[in-house]
Amino acid sequence: MSEPVFVAGVGVISAIGNNTAGCLTALANGKSGIGDMVYLNSIHRNKIPVAEVKLSNKELALQAKLPFSKSRTALLSMIAAKESLNNAAIENINSLRTGFISANSVGGMDKTEQFFTQFLANNQKGKLRDVIHHECGSITELVADQLGISNFISTISTACSSSANAIFYGARLIKNNILDVVVAGGTDSLTKFTLNGFNTLMILDDQPCQPFDENRRGLNLGEGAGYVVLVSEKVAATLKNPPSCTLSGYCNANDAYHQTASSPEGTGSFLAMSGALKKSNLQPADIDYINLHGTGTLNNDIAEGTAIKRLFDPHYPKMSSTKAYTGHTLGGCGGIEAVFSVLAIREGIIYPNLRLQTPMKDLPFTVETIFLKNITVKHVLSNSFGFGGNCSSLIFSKI
Amino acid sequence: MYIRATGNISPQNTFGHAPFLVAPKVFKGNRLNCAEPEYKEIIDVKLIRRMSRIIKMGVAAAIECLQEAGVTKPDAIITGTAYGCLEDTGNFITKMVEHNEELLTPTAFIQSTHNTIGAQIGLLLQCNNYNNAFVHRGFSFESALLDGMMLLKENDAGNVLVGGVDEITDISHAILSRMGLYKRELVSNTDLFDPPSKGTIAGEGATFFLLSDQPSKNDYARLDAVTFFYKPENNAATEQQILSFLSAQAIAPNDIDLIITGRNGDIQNDEIYDQLQKTVFNNIVQVNYKQLCGEYPTSTAFALWMAANIFNTGALPPVLKTKAPDKIKKILIYNNFMGIHHSLLLISAC
Repeated sequence: MSEPVFVAGVGVISAIGNNTAGCLTALANGKSGIGDMVYLNSIHRNKIPVAEVKLSNKELALQAKLPFSKSRTALLSMIAAKESLNNAAIENINSLRTGFISANSVGGMDKTEQFFTQFLANNQKGKLRDVIHHECGSITELVADQLGISNFISTISTACSSSANAIFYGARLIKNNILDVVVAGGTDSLTKFTLNGFNTLMILDDQPCQPFDENRRGLNLGEGAGYVVLVSEKVAATLKNPPSCTLSGYCNANDAYHQTASSPEGTGSFLAMSGALKKSNLQPADIDYINLHGTGTLNNDIAEGTAIKRLFDPHYPKMSSTKAYTGHTLGGCGGIEAVFSVLAIREGIIYPNLRLQTPMKDLPFTVETIFLKNITVKHVLSNSFGFGGNCSSLIFSKI
Repeated sequence: MYIRATGNISPQNTFGHAPFLVAPKVFKGNRLNCAEPEYKEIIDVKLIRRMSRIIKMGVAAAIECLQEAGVTKPDAIITGTAYGCLEDTGNFITKMVEHNEELLTPTAFIQSTHNTIGAQIGLLLQCNNYNNAFVHRGFSFESALLDGMMLLKENDAGNVLVGGVDEITDISHAILSRMGLYKRELVSNTDLFDPPSKGTIAGEGATFFLLSDQPSKNDYARLDAVTFFYKPENNAATEQQILSFLSAQAIAPNDIDLIITGRNGDIQNDEIYDQLQKTVFNNIVQVNYKQLCGEYPTSTAFALWMAANIFNTGALPPVLKTKAPDKIKKILIYNNFMGIHHSLLLISAC
């Protein structure tokens, strides 16, 4: 069970770039993807900023080689998952046991919303093809079929921690000798359902968000997808491009405090981070960088910060939330941020936490504000915490 | 792995560890709703008021399971649900569309997330342990079960609570009916397979299991293995999957004493079962279960509950209308959901 699981490839699409190279450029240049709504058709346009992928469904569909009538969530997923497989460049992949474990929070909700406008007026109306991919698993299947993966597919949905859980379920399938290769991560597109849902909770920022700032006001919703290709040691040995890191630790814990709010002491976050450290046999001082969950809400950042203080004091690693770039991509964020974590190790870089003005007064540490390059990043901790108290942490380690 | 306890809310009288299917319920029509218990005897009244039906069903079935096991905080809580919390999702989207994104309240949205049932169980138990939710159509419960079995094998858990939960709502029933899933003629669930016709009957349920890596005196059965496979090319590929699954468990088809099949009464869907009866399942006693709980993506949880209780009572209940084999030591559950999702579960007597 202690065999390492290697990261052989990454793929990502988000508001700051349509692929890994695009995202890296934006990360290095401090260019945020948050702005006015262009593609989502909501009454909140020009009032609530969002982090949209800068392509229409037609443009995405061309890249994804899927019909543009399919859910935007599937189109985003396909593009990032395909990039991750191309990046891994596993030669004999058809002879290996390959799985696709994807996460999302609301399945094909963007299409279901369209269906409902007609369906509610008359339940014999509304095009069934718009609701047929409502289920979360259906999005995964659209992409798996297009990728040609059929050995093993599954879908996880634990709100904002979904894709972190998908990644480590994938790793465990390899450790248990059920699969050789797993494409794992998650996807979500912006929908009116989630935008309005978060709006009723009054945790959306009407300006670009400021994670871990004393005067933070809330989060911006985003969209995108991120996947890592995980492989067994045996497969890793056959790769032309040697992997740069392993998934060395992971843990899922529950805050058990409230359906949507985090406990003030960050119990779930603390347990997830300390559990992941234990799994990887690392000490807190070994961690070079934490990719924070850092949504920018009052509640998340103090809970996460308090848990970090309890676990890391006095050896604070460098930290930042990349949600100031990408917005909070919900079911996609664990995947996107896993990709950013792997890139931090591979490229020797650490991302700034954009728009920080006043560090949080109740925390003894502050987040990074400049882009750091040419440094050695050995161990990265990536946090994903969600509704329902679901808290998951992953650790990636340089080889 | 051992099945130490169960909790089941289904269209049959299965809650409260009622005697095993002795008084089967008969349904007219194509919708089998759960026989729900008095929740106030199980869950705090203040909490009940906020919970939608699927959350109440899930939480109550989980509590019953944990009470039977004598476990207060399981090492993991894992749910499988294909559709998730449909009632809350439907409520929020309906109001959103009707009020053009205005005047919305958060409760339905908060409870619409697919991890709500597992989260509410965790919250109620004040359980900080592993908590996961699988949402992959006809693989939802199977993925959850595999997760739980792997946790036990990895020594990251000594006991895990695993459940399959799905609900029918008026909206989902209307949409799935339009997709042609259900029988149009008025049928009784007792006549599901006779005469053969197109379509099935809708079902729902909340079924939980407490699995442990250590045997105890009160175990229902041993859960040997689970596997699931996606869109097999043809019947021969399905047969091959079944044979490899059995051979990985070092057994042959004739080592199986009883097969629980996922026949759902739809001519096209059931063709594979007819085929298998002539080949790999030849001469093995078979029983069906969807006449009791209806068709839904996590129905294999009901089938597993049925297998566990067959071992527990050592007999087939009369409602299954099948003469029991001489001995029942091994049961295989084979289900196919919509021809896409196929799953196999192997269970043995302790």
